Amino acid sequence: MSANIPLPPLLETNPRLDQWVKFAEPGKVTVSTGRVEIGQGVLTAMLQIAADELDVSPERIVLQTGDTDLTPNEGYTAGSQSIQYGGVALRLACAEVRAMFLDHAAARFGHERDELSVDDGAIARRGKPTGQDYWSLASEIDLSRHATAGTAPKSGNYREIGRDAARVDLAGKVFGAPSFVHDMIADGMIHARVVRQPQRGATIASIDEAAIRRAGKGAIDILRDGNFVAILGDDETTVDAAAAVAPGHVAWDGIDPINPGQEEARWLLQRPSIDRVLGPEPVNPAPGQARYEASFTRMHIAHASVGPSSALAVFKDGHLTVWSHTQGVYPLRAALARTLKLDPAHISVKHAQGPGCYGHNGADDAAADAAVIAMRRPGVPIRVRWRREDEFGFEPVSPAMVTTVRAALDDNGRPVDWTTEIWSGRHSSRPGGGGNLLAAEALPNPPPASPPADPPESNGGGGTRNGEPLYNFAAKRIVHHLVAETPVRTSSLRGLGATINVFAIESAIDELAERAGMDPVEYRLSILADPRAKAVVEHVARMADWQPGLSVGTGKGRGIGFAKYKNRAAYAAVVAEVEVDEAVRLTRVWCAADGGLIINPDGALNQLEGGIIQGASWALKEGVRLDAAGISSRDWESYPVLRFTEVPEVFCELVGATADLPPLGVGEASGGPTVAAIANAVAHALGTRLHDLPLTRERIMDALLKA
Amino acid sequence: MTPTNFTINGNAVSVNANEDTPLLDVLRNHLGLVGTKFGCGLEQCGCCMVLIDGEPVKSCGKALSTVAGKTVLTIEGLGTPEHPHPLQAAFLDEQAGQCGYCLPGILISAKALLDHNPSPSRAEIAAALDDNICRCGSHIRILKAVEHAAAAMRAGAGR
Repeated sequence: MSANIPLPPLLETNPRLDQWVKFAEPGKVTVSTGRVEIGQGVLTAMLQIAADELDVSPERIVLQTGDTDLTPNEGYTAGSQSIQYGGVALRLACAEVRAMFLDHAAARFGHERDELSVDDGAIARRGKPTGQDYWSLASEIDLSRHATAGTAPKSGNYREIGRDAARVDLAGKVFGAPSFVHDMIADGMIHARVVRQPQRGATIASIDEAAIRRAGKGAIDILRDGNFVAILGDDETTVDAAAAVAPGHVAWDGIDPINPGQEEARWLLQRPSIDRVLGPEPVNPAPGQARYEASFTRMHIAHASVGPSSALAVFKDGHLTVWSHTQGVYPLRAALARTLKLDPAHISVKHAQGPGCYGHNGADDAAADAAVIAMRRPGVPIRVRWRREDEFGFEPVSPAMVTTVRAALDDNGRPVDWTTEIWSGRHSSRPGGGGNLLAAEALPNPPPASPPADPPESNGGGGTRNGEPLYNFAAKRIVHHLVAETPVRTSSLRGLGATINVFAIESAIDELAERAGMDPVEYRLSILADPRAKAVVEHVARMADWQPGLSVGTGKGRGIGFAKYKNRAAYAAVVAEVEVDEAVRLTRVWCAADGGLIINPDGALNQLEGGIIQGASWALKEGVRLDAAGISSRDWESYPVLRFTEVPEVFCELVGATADLPPLGVGEASGGPTVAAIANAVAHALGTRLHDLPLTRERIMDALLKA
Repeated sequence: MTPTNFTINGNAVSVNANEDTPLLDVLRNHLGLVGTKFGCGLEQCGCCMVLIDGEPVKSCGKALSTVAGKTVLTIEGLGTPEHPHPLQAAFLDEQAGQCGYCLPGILISAKALLDHNPSPSRAEIAAALDDNICRCGSHIRILKAVEHAAAAMRAGAGR
């Protein structure tokens, strides 16, 4: 039973087994995960993992999630890493706990260890009950000891893992039960709206409080501290009415108008940047060697969660408690502690669900708003809910990007030297160190702006994510320009740089296939070495009944896109089918993905399908609009997303799902390949290629006029 | 302030609030029915959809005074875990949702459709849901779930 498994990082940082598993209540198992539900179904998957490794029915498990008082510190729930890392740690902890009970039972009752097993928490010997169970022995076993990862988890014979488990949180939502932080009601709760500082560093020149109060038509309290302004009241309607007009009644100094031209990404090429080369230094191609070069762009993208950010906070008896739909309760606590100058021991951050989260949105800022107000109104529960206009206007957005690919080709038209050159603003400005919270920037003595930084390559990179193609080229490098200043705040959004990098690489691969006179699927298979990569490409081609040699420029087209997310998470290949006249109509999409061992196949498919629809929306519709004051696309008309009448038929299959290979994160795997497949399909339909997202009617007309 | 009387989920209620209070606020803050969600307050996303006398309406933009004497149905009145509406049963069967924030509004829009059209085509379902935004991308499952609910209702599972 012993395993030489390196201790996963999360078991090093949260070593005590009772941080993960406890038997506090008869017949129940308390399982803790630092991962939080952000719409991706992670709670259900964690329940399946724990039930399987502990051999208990899922009904016995009481799941604790994302709570600084109760759960392990797993940092952020982000990057498709919950199962690949958090799930693996939980699984090892559960396996070790189960083994400790069996070891103990064997020693105590003189049984052969090999004859013992667990059946729904009861200990059986040769399949017959022994009268002992987890709960009868719990007081004799010390789970406060550190995990050793000395027990291998099960391999096969799963009861829960691999089952299409229903989402534990979905029924409540379908019946309208209170499910979100927005739905929490506390006695004496006050509603709050914040009047946002239009830019970092802007200072209030004057506030017409009387005009704001008149619009509210009821009792409101206006809180001001430095450049932080909040409207408070016990009647939400009154507070909303005042908040709706408030931005027009606050005059600001110190605003630098921005150049709205920066909404298009090519402005990045002219900006100061921090430059790096990852991989071998660039080489000059041999004289006469065939070369390829093309450049691709994407605008800023909004998370555009369907509900605006919200939080509830109360400061009582010297202790601050905050309920938030943050992705990281511990990092948020650290940031709040710095902002409020409060000992982290006097702050509890508890995850409460919010509308779909696809990265660093307004959740942490709303939590800071609520906390700042709560500190100034002790004993009163404060609920902040952002206005829709503020969610669009002030959430961090995914940075605009330019990706240029260059290749030197061999005699068969295959790249032997490949460069992906990337210009991008930062993909991470999460709080944690105390900066990067809007409320902190508005209060007196704001923290200095955090220096530009991107997630490290060891964490999948930010702008560089998937910048290195998985293809078998002799030399590959990334040239990364981290652009220091962006016109608006930018941070992580599902896929980070992978979306445009996969779009750029896969567009280039299609053009190289055409040059080589090869079918796009055949060409990809000829330059892929990884058998699992080849398998998903072949599988999706079969699913879509891919036919080589279809005519180009007929108005109908098909395209393929492939990537292994972060080059270390799930493999996904996507085929898209489009009809294009002046605009693109996406008709069908097929996807094959390999995520290794899949905990909940239906949950994984749901995530892949969601990534396809969201990817299609990015590809066809989305781009943040700017004016001199900042983000001007502040509603669903100026920031359109894919609607029900625009979604394609989607067919999604898992390849090798039951193979006992380590789980690979699937949540972000399908987005980039979908964007790439659509772009390739549009190029096939039109006979001309668009290099700039989104592929709107205007851009298509432009491209056709130029062609 | 004169109370406004109307019927909510089959029960007569009398609400003491300014007559221009948005119906959404009345539901969530005065009646404690938090199933209906605030999405935009701009009548653009459908998170706050309710039925007023059987017609789908975005409650964020509807003043309390406009529902006097009328019948309002919210997600809480659609069905219960013990007695789910066929739409709710179908959404759970299909696992049609990710974050679930948009679902109450979508279920209400779908009910309005099926009440008028028991055999909608896929395109008719999509058109009926086009005022509802789902950002997680659960559209395909939602469309299937509405088709399955319609079939179940035609087969007699409806109420």
